This record gives sequence, C-alpha cells and structure tokens, in this order.
Amino acid sequence: MRLQYPTNIKIIQLPCSGRVDILHMLKSFEDGADGVYVAGCMEGDCHFLTGNFKARRKVNYLKGVLAALGIEPERVEMFNMSSAEGPRFAQVAREFTAKIKELGPSPVKKAKAA
Amino acid sequence: MIVGDSKPLEEILEMIQGKEKVLVLGCRGCVTVCNVGGEKEVGILATMLRIARKKAGLAPTVDERTIERQCDPEYIEELAEVAEGYDAIISIACGVGPQFMSERYPKVPVYPGINTTFIGGALEHGVWSERCQSCGNCLVHNFGGLCPIARCSKSIMNGPCGGSANKKCEISPDVDCIWHLIVEKMAGMGRLKELERVWPVKNWITSRDGGPRKRVREDLKQ
Amino acid sequence: MKSGSNLEKVLAAGHFAVTGELGPPRGNNVEEVRHKAHFLKGIVDSVNITDNQTAVVRMASWAASKILIEEGLEPNYQMVCRDRNRIALQSDILGATALGIKNVLCLSGDHQRFGDHPEAKNVYDLDSIQLIAAFKKMRDDKVFLNDKELDGAPGIFIGAAANPFADPFEWRVVRMGKKITAGADFIQTQCIYNMPKFREFVKMAVDQGLTEQCALLAGITPLKSVGMAKYMAKFVPGMDVPEEHIKRLQGVDKKKQGDEGIKIAIEMIHEIRETMPGVKGVHVMAIEWEHRAKEIVEGAGLLPRPVV
Repeated sequence: MRLQYPTNIKIIQLPCSGRVDILHMLKSFEDGADGVYVAGCMEGDCHFLTGNFKARRKVNYLKGVLAALGIEPERVEMFNMSSAEGPRFAQVAREFTAKIKELGPSPVKKAKAA
Repeated sequence: MIVGDSKPLEEILEMIQGKEKVLVLGCRGCVTVCNVGGEKEVGILATMLRIARKKAGLAPTVDERTIERQCDPEYIEELAEVAEGYDAIISIACGVGPQFMSERYPKVPVYPGINTTFIGGALEHGVWSERCQSCGNCLVHNFGGLCPIARCSKSIMNGPCGGSANKKCEISPDVDCIWHLIVEKMAGMGRLKELERVWPVKNWITSRDGGPRKRVREDLKQ
Repeated sequence: MKSGSNLEKVLAAGHFAVTGELGPPRGNNVEEVRHKAHFLKGIVDSVNITDNQTAVVRMASWAASKILIEEGLEPNYQMVCRDRNRIALQSDILGATALGIKNVLCLSGDHQRFGDHPEAKNVYDLDSIQLIAAFKKMRDDKVFLNDKELDGAPGIFIGAAANPFADPFEWRVVRMGKKITAGADFIQTQCIYNMPKFREFVKMAVDQGLTEQCALLAGITPLKSVGMAKYMAKFVPGMDVPEEHIKRLQGVDKKKQGDEGIKIAIEMIHEIRETMPGVKGVHVMAIEWEHRAKEIVEGAGLLPRPVV
C-alpha cells in the first residue's frame, strides 16, 4: 500500500500509547506544534490491557490544561486504530491536519512570531 | 505521607503575573510520592508556564529545580546561590516548603503551587485517602486500627451516629462510615465488648487546638 | 438609628458615653446577676456582659444580658469566636436580638488554654473582624453570610475591641481601622494605664479620620491593689501597667490602695475627657468590683447619666 498522508506530521513511536506522557505532549506545544494526536490501538485490543485507556485519560487531562492556557482543546486528540488499518491511519492524519489547519497556527507560535 | 493537590493553573498564572524570572521548585519528599510536587511535576508545571508566556509574547524564563526536601534547612540552603536571582519561586511542596523558602530567602516572593490537603496514604495508583489528623495522642488501637478522629466526619469517639446508613456517612455516599467499619472490624476480632466503653472527652491540647506545635528532642539537639 | 439602643442614642446626642461591665456567674445564680446589675443601674449607659471571659465557663452571655434587660439596664452582648462557628454565631445574634438585645461586642476570645477547660477544641471559624462584617451584612443587607435572605434582620449596634498596648504598636491603629471598615459602630479599648502611649494611639486614630467614623471608648479598670497591678503588668498579655502606678499604690496604706486605684482611674478619665477630643466615652471595667463603679463615674463628674 502506498498510502499518502500529510508530510507535516512528525511521528514519535512509542511501544504503547499508554507510554505517552503529559510532558511529551506539552513539550510539543512548547516547541511550536500546532496540534498533537495520539494514535493508539483499538479499545480492548491493548497488548498491555489498558494502555490506550490511560492514553485517552491523559489526552483528556491535557485538553483541560490547554483550555486553562487559552489554547483550543481540539488541538490535542486521541484516535484508536488497529495496526492493520493503514488506510484509517492515513485518513485520520488527513482529517486531523485539516482540522488543525482550520484552527490556524498555534497561539504559542503566533505570539513568538509577533 | 502528606498529600496535596496542584493549584489551578489560572491561579498560579495570576500569582506570577509580571514576574520575569520564575523558578518552579519541587520536593523529593511526600509530594513526589503522591505525584504532585516531584521532578516530573516540576517539568510539567514549568512547561505549562513557559507555553503561557510564549503565548503572551513574554520571555519564557521558567527554570526547574527539585531538591531533596523542602522541610529541611540543609536542602533549602542549596539554593543560596540562585534563589535571590528569581522574581518569583513557586514551591510545589507541602505548606512547609513555601514557608521555609521565604524564611530563608526573604527577598524573593515564594508562592505555593499546591494545596496541602491531608495526611494519608495511597489506596491505589492515583487515589489517596485521609488517615490521620495529627491530634497528637494516637488512639487507633482502641478502634480496630481505624481512626475515628480523622475518618469520622464528626470525629465522634462513641459512634456511629444516627446518620450512618449502608456503611456510608451521612455527608456523602462516597464517604465510608468509619464507625460502621470499626464495629465490623472489632466484631470480627471478637472485641466488640471493648466498644461498649463510654469514651470520656478527649484532651485536644496535643492537637492544633492547643496552639501551634513544636517538638524538641533534647537527645538529638546539637 | 441602627438599633436605637441607649448607647447609640447617647453617642448620637454627643454625650460622653459611659459603659460598664458585668461578668456572669460560674453557675446559674440569677440573683448574682441581678445583684451586680443593681450597682450599675443609672451609673452607666450600657453594660458589657462578658462571654466566658478568659475561657472560664460561665452563664451564657445572652441569658445574663436578658436578665439585665429585665432589671432595666441595657446590655452589650459580648460574643467570642472561640466557641461558635458561623452557624451558631448567626443563630445567636438572631436569638439575642429577638430577646431585646441591641448592642453586641465582637471578639476573637481568649484562647482556651488560659481558661478552666484547656483541653477543649476551639472553633475560630470566623475572626472578630469577619464577625463584625457578618453582623453588618445581616443588619444592613438583611441576608446571612451565604447571601440568603433573612426573615427579620437584627437591628444591632456593633461594637469591637482594640488593644493599643499589644504589639506591634504601629499596626494597632491599622487593625482598629479594619474593624471600622468591617462595620464597627463603636470600639472599646483594653484597660489603659500607660497614658502617653494611649495618647499617641488616639492621635494616630484621629489623624486617620477613624474617630469620626466610629465612637472610641477608652477602657478604664481601677487597680484594686499593688498585687493586682503587679499581676496585670506581669501575667496579662498585652497589658501595659507603668511602674509609676505601682509605686503610687505602694505609697499608701494597704487598706487604702483600692481608694488610690479609684483616684487614679478618675484622674485618667478627666485627662482623657479634657485632652483627647477623639475619645467619645469610657468603658469602666470594675472587674468583680461593680459596687465601686459608681464612685468612679461620679468622681469623674459623669453623673447623672443623660436620658435620651
């Protein structure tokens, strides 16, 4: 499969979405990312049983943090997909990129440029 | 351990408004164990603050540091070289931290980054529960090892009160009626008879009611 | 008029006010209250009824206040924050005003470690300044602390205390100002013995305009003996008894020390009245010496009391 997905996405590989940390996501925003999403396994399919549920809770927590910082909470999301679903991976990448483009550059970056 | 909660980010941002150089100071004691004031949380809070400042177009000088304990002058002393170079220090230790810091470094405003909530323990990862009210005169062995002072909403010594229902306290279905548990526990140990004793009034002098407390150990004093 | 109490009217009419003090008994001895009250009738404009003073258990202040009303005197119902939370404080002021009490004095209260039940838990849910504000809110806005409407608001003349001799000295006037901002209508001071220091305190209060916003009554307690003077100087926190008073008492025969103490009190009242226009009255605390209050007030030329 030669699936196309936006080139602006930087992928950080983790052994499990449960390994994702608030700090990983925060640092991305600090360093200028316009959006961050976590791609985890389908619910119920976690090799470590609950890793993807934990990831979702962290993402939800971070949404609250972003709101408190005056940054759109939609800039961070959690998606579930199977590793066998290449097309879904590409589709999510396109959709999320489109959504972030709609939101525009991160307010963190905008101020820096100004 | 002493358990705390992070203060809302908005409150912290308001505290440090207009302060250029900020230090977030963690503690490797209790607050590290309850995941609210250790090195990790220092990183998270400092990053949040830097993001907020970048967003506002301000110089994002928010440094990070974590010391062994903020309740010990010898570790507080480690900051002697740097402390007064900051316009604000956010201590994310229990309430002792900001006080020890501002006593030692009176020129720097020190702000509490967490709310100290109680003395308790972890029930599971991410869940803590109050166990002790530091009344200064421990009696738990009389109550099956369960403290009615800290864990009964009314600190009743001859309980349970009339508000106990389905093992829960009248204030909330989320709060156990500790007296129900005490009765069950003592019954299970065959010691129910002991609870028939009418407990006389407690001496609260050893508690906070007797005024701020201080302990001097002559055998240890230098 | 806020409460229309005698004290409020006396002050409003511009008279130099005189208040007294009565400590309820350590039991339910009603006759004792009536007996003490009778010494103060016609001598003072209103009488402070202490609330478990020095944290020693006594008859409830509201009850002794009610007995005073029956005896034809006006009480200043003292309330301390030590023993009651906001629920009880608000409830008690409603009950007290329902019984005809019109003046209240808001205090933090002596810590129970001074008293006869040092093992007690304390409350201090509110402090004295918050209590003043709570009562003002109930009276003026007709709502509880939680903003819920009252079914009948307490008309009350609100008092507070100030100690010009506690530390830090410079902060004392500021703190009194906070009480006035919170809503105090009158202030009674701690017993005054150190006149120069009190004069300085009054000057600062006058300079800050505080004596215009609130009636300041100077606390006067006659020294009964050398022993009492020494005890107060040494053991009562925030009390300033200059050496000269002790020497003056030592200079007279032991049996005459009480008379000398009363003389000193009278001289102080004269001095305050004649040289400190910021002070609107005196609060005569003849502790367990109610029967001699008349000598002091009369000696100071403050009898008869105005009828307003």
